Amino acid sequence: MKEKENFLKKPGVQSVLTSLICIILGLFVGYIALLIINPAGASKAIITLVKNFLNYPTFPAQMKYLGNTLVKTAPLLMCALSVCFCYKAGLFNIGAAGQYVAGAGAALYAALAWNLPWFVCLLLAMCAGGVLGCISGYLKANHNVNEVISGIMLNWISLYTVNVLLAKVKEQASPYTFNLASKNPSSILPTMGLDKLFSNNRYVTIAIPLSILIAILISVILTKTKFGYELRATGFNKDAAKYAGMRERRNIILTLTIGGALAGLGAAFLFLTAFEQWSVTQSSVPGMGFNGIAATFLGGLNPIGTIFSSFFIQHINNGGAYLDKAVYPSQISDLIIALIIYLCGFVLFFKSFINARISAGDGKKAKKGGNA
Amino acid sequence: MILLIQYTLIFASVLLLVALGGCFSEHSGVINLGLEGIMVLGALGGALAMKYMPAGTNAFVMILAVCVCAILAGMCYSVLLAVAAINFKADQTLIGTAMNILSTALATVIVKSINVAENPDNVSSVIQYINAKKAFIINIAGFEFNWFMVIAACLLGISYVVLYKTRFGLRLMACGENPQAADSVGINVYKMRWAGVLISGLLGGLGGIVYITAGVSEWKFEVGVAGFGFLSLAVMIFGQWKPTKIALAALLFGFFRALSNVYTGFAFLAALKIPSTVYNMMPYIISLVVLAFTSKNSRAPKAEGIPYDKGSR
Repeated sequence: MKEKENFLKKPGVQSVLTSLICIILGLFVGYIALLIINPAGASKAIITLVKNFLNYPTFPAQMKYLGNTLVKTAPLLMCALSVCFCYKAGLFNIGAAGQYVAGAGAALYAALAWNLPWFVCLLLAMCAGGVLGCISGYLKANHNVNEVISGIMLNWISLYTVNVLLAKVKEQASPYTFNLASKNPSSILPTMGLDKLFSNNRYVTIAIPLSILIAILISVILTKTKFGYELRATGFNKDAAKYAGMRERRNIILTLTIGGALAGLGAAFLFLTAFEQWSVTQSSVPGMGFNGIAATFLGGLNPIGTIFSSFFIQHINNGGAYLDKAVYPSQISDLIIALIIYLCGFVLFFKSFINARISAGDGKKAKKGGNA
Repeated sequence: MILLIQYTLIFASVLLLVALGGCFSEHSGVINLGLEGIMVLGALGGALAMKYMPAGTNAFVMILAVCVCAILAGMCYSVLLAVAAINFKADQTLIGTAMNILSTALATVIVKSINVAENPDNVSSVIQYINAKKAFIINIAGFEFNWFMVIAACLLGISYVVLYKTRFGLRLMACGENPQAADSVGINVYKMRWAGVLISGLLGGLGGIVYITAGVSEWKFEVGVAGFGFLSLAVMIFGQWKPTKIALAALLFGFFRALSNVYTGFAFLAALKIPSTVYNMMPYIISLVVLAFTSKNSRAPKAEGIPYDKGSR
């Protein structure tokens, strides 16, 4: 009994537990929404949503659609890492959405207008995102502009800029950019045989293992290096870190630049697979960066945890597409994700609740022991 | 030219209302990043009111009903922020972001469900209010005067008086500057913050309905309010958290937003061949630049964004 309590006290276990609470509550409220819309099919619908690719009867088809989910998990994971990395230094990188947009713009423009190979496109996407992050960081460090505010402004500035830029490489008849496969096949990320694993899903590329590697790398940087230590120290107590001689300003700029580069790279990971084309008429910032915030908090602010939370969020997101559209709107999945993020705000409360229960239990037992 | 003034005024009204909402919330000490979401829900409430009010309703009743519905929707939605940020001490930026995503999803789900229930073939997220909208507009020699402009101007005056001339307003601001001190003289900080957030829901919801009735007569809820909530935040910061300056900032930003709609009407602007997106971008760039120069001695409420904990000092 005592061992079990110690187990519950571990921060890692608590993080997983609280994330699970968020997920279950989120799905439950989503289920209620489905019940309100149409009570008859609600149970079936929520199961369909959670099953996602498992809705397909045969194994090869399942693998193929698992591949599709993974293709979109990679960019989400990168955005989540971006947010997570910055959050460790006490910075809320809401600008990840804009850095993602900038990365998409740079990667697609380089691929379509200049016919550059994929690795150059990746680098350019990283730079574009990094520059945006750097602007936020510079403004924060030297001009005391809150990174949330500058991030929001930059989100919209980059969306409009990228729309103008990519309008030069779009198809005549549609608002979408040219298809990479026909225009510049050398810019498509190599698959290295991974597509064979997923029933010849040609969108499954090295982006997926790369993003997981980067997650591990970020985790190592945060926990094992001097820079990571300084960064977390700044996040815990800015003034103490400064007092201890850490170069706070440099660290802020560097952190946001790296965060920006990660988000920019994420966009390249999606658009250089030719899975999606950019629509130059979109009037709202893509949700990928914001979902990254969701994945970060659901993953317990841990780079390794975000791997799983990103997959889960994308899983639910894709699952929405399998609902019967005549009865249920597919935005139910967005609704559930948003609820999960909202509930993540209560994580602190959940944790202190668990701790209070544990210590209450300990107290009771100590009393009992004393009596006996 | 008339069109430009008309659009400037109506967009400025939207920005003014929502920015004032943000102003109340931030003065009480809660950062309201969810303004965008509150606008969406306010717009939904108002649009549904316009949809279900009988066709021949008196214009005054119509305006009243639509405003009340928008305000109620906005306030109900802002409760989400208040509960999380004030009572559960959640991260306000995170909650705001969640509210923005939630609002678009929620509004789309509601509208689609209503549309599908009415007509199984209609899976769009569009509400039309072409007839109901006429109640708000008086046409004066080509100038479409909108009652919301008056409402916005009145609320500006009321906000100014409430914030600076009443006991409530001064107490509210105290809670955003130094909640511990406010508490020590017997002000209930939690109550004041709740009031601040609810007022921001009221004004934000109203701003939402003004926005969707501004230029068009149907609204597709999948697109939300296209960043107007965030633009309002910029207006608020640009206006240094003061109602009068916010009004001026709203006019400036509204002007640029209007230019992007009507610039083709001006020969010299059309000749420049600047795409309309550039005008859309202008307010954001301006506010970023201005922020860079003014944030060193920012007038932001000192305790904003920090959850108030009675026990801490």
